[in-house]
Amino acid sequence: MIAARPRRAPGLLPRDSAGEPWLAAVIAILCFLACLAAVGAASADRAAHGWAGQLRAEATVQVRPRVGETGAGAAARAAETLAGVDGVAEAEAMDRETAEALLRPWIGDAVLPDLPLPHLVTVRLDPDAPASAVTLSRALAEAGLDASVDDHSLWRGEVERAAMIITLLAGAAFLLTALAAGAAIAYATRAALAAQQSVIETLSLNGAADGTIAGLYQMRFGLLAAGAGAAGAVVAALLVAGLRGLGGSDGISPALPLAWSDLWLLSPCPLLAATVAVVAARITALASLRRRR
Amino acid sequence: MPESPRRTAETESVAATVRLESVGFGYTDAPGVLRDINLILPRGSFHFLTGPSGAGKSSLLKLLTLVERPTTGRLRLFGDDVTSLPRRAIPAVRRRMGIVFQDFRLLDHLSAFDNVALPLRLAGLKRADYAGNVSEMLDWVGLGDRMADAPPSLSGGEKQRLAIARAVISRPDLILADEPTGSIDAAMGERLLRLFQSLNQLGTTVLIASHDQALATRSGARILRLEGGRLVGDRS
Repeated sequence: MIAARPRRAPGLLPRDSAGEPWLAAVIAILCFLACLAAVGAASADRAAHGWAGQLRAEATVQVRPRVGETGAGAAARAAETLAGVDGVAEAEAMDRETAEALLRPWIGDAVLPDLPLPHLVTVRLDPDAPASAVTLSRALAEAGLDASVDDHSLWRGEVERAAMIITLLAGAAFLLTALAAGAAIAYATRAALAAQQSVIETLSLNGAADGTIAGLYQMRFGLLAAGAGAAGAVVAALLVAGLRGLGGSDGISPALPLAWSDLWLLSPCPLLAATVAVVAARITALASLRRRR
Repeated sequence: MPESPRRTAETESVAATVRLESVGFGYTDAPGVLRDINLILPRGSFHFLTGPSGAGKSSLLKLLTLVERPTTGRLRLFGDDVTSLPRRAIPAVRRRMGIVFQDFRLLDHLSAFDNVALPLRLAGLKRADYAGNVSEMLDWVGLGDRMADAPPSLSGGEKQRLAIARAVISRPDLILADEPTGSIDAAMGERLLRLFQSLNQLGTTVLIASHDQALATRSGARILRLEGGRLVGDRS
């Protein structure tokens, strides 16, 4: 009786059925965390850009009335002057009621009627070509107004710096998880090479080059990491989608707004995980093989 | 006109598949495992390597398979000096050899078919190109009905036949066999000897390390004898 020969060439390395599921679980968890870090970075960046954009589109002018002039009159004159400046969409003198409403949460009702409040003009700038603080100051001076312009650049700078720090931290977390995944793969490769020493020797004595043997480990761990990366990304995607669906565009908080497009960020995860695994497996396998006779 | 001594040596060197010049080998804790070995295996020759246990037969085979390197002297394989061959160049040399190990060195997770196909697969051949040859070889060694079985389910003799089939499947230039008939019956031993002889007649150089003095004598091959790490006899 002639037995039918197998149709497909099997892998040349034996399966490590005990260790590989655990390694896959570790990689999947690391990929899940990396995905959250990526979405967190995108979200922080989006929030910062939103806030900075709002701050960039507005300026506040404080007017000091001249002798014989009322504060309200000076503010109205400043608003009229600024409304005619290029790069200004709208300028409006803030009335006392509005100013009191802004202060009420901090100092309460009791002292507000006796408090001397600054005379302010809120300026909405043209978002495409906003007028600079210098331009506004010059226009006010030319109109004979004693005023100071705050274009929120100081606060905007702080917001942008904070967003940059959050993005860098998220990037660092992403890199660290990639490094951890690489280290896990390197450890697994070394362990596999040690456990499969006789297999490696047999392959080598039958003409396998170090690169060929390293390629077998690359393929094994690359596929494992791709699968685990996909699993981690899918879980992260479900979580992000759930938060976006439940919390709307604000996600869990207005400080971390989520967008459906964030899900695209997760799509390269399997490929990145596989790349990290392939590189780690190759470097480790070649180094281990070269240490042998 | 007689050839000059130098020309004769050069011709011999080129034609020799294996050439050892004053080769010595030892380990740190066991120096002198092989001492001053001078040996030429001409292309297409058939030799038996005999000697008592510990004589150095396996060590000599390790040198020839480039698992170990000579501590002294010079080793040439297929006309090239491989004494200090860089690691990256070793696979190409090994692909010209068929090696039968005393402990078989079969891959337990692969089927008999895939064990035999291993050298062809590592040489880059596609399954469709080698499947017929592998099946034929397995039939020839009497394992045609065990193709899909993994080595752990085979008997000692079947494993040995499988190891031999793997060693010869790629029609190597040099076959090195360490006790290839140790676990099989006399009839199969004779049959495998005839396989080695057939390959030898096609130009393959064969070196068989064996305790089986009777088989070596019956083969009609030249017999090399190692004792205490020295080559003490070379007779037909």
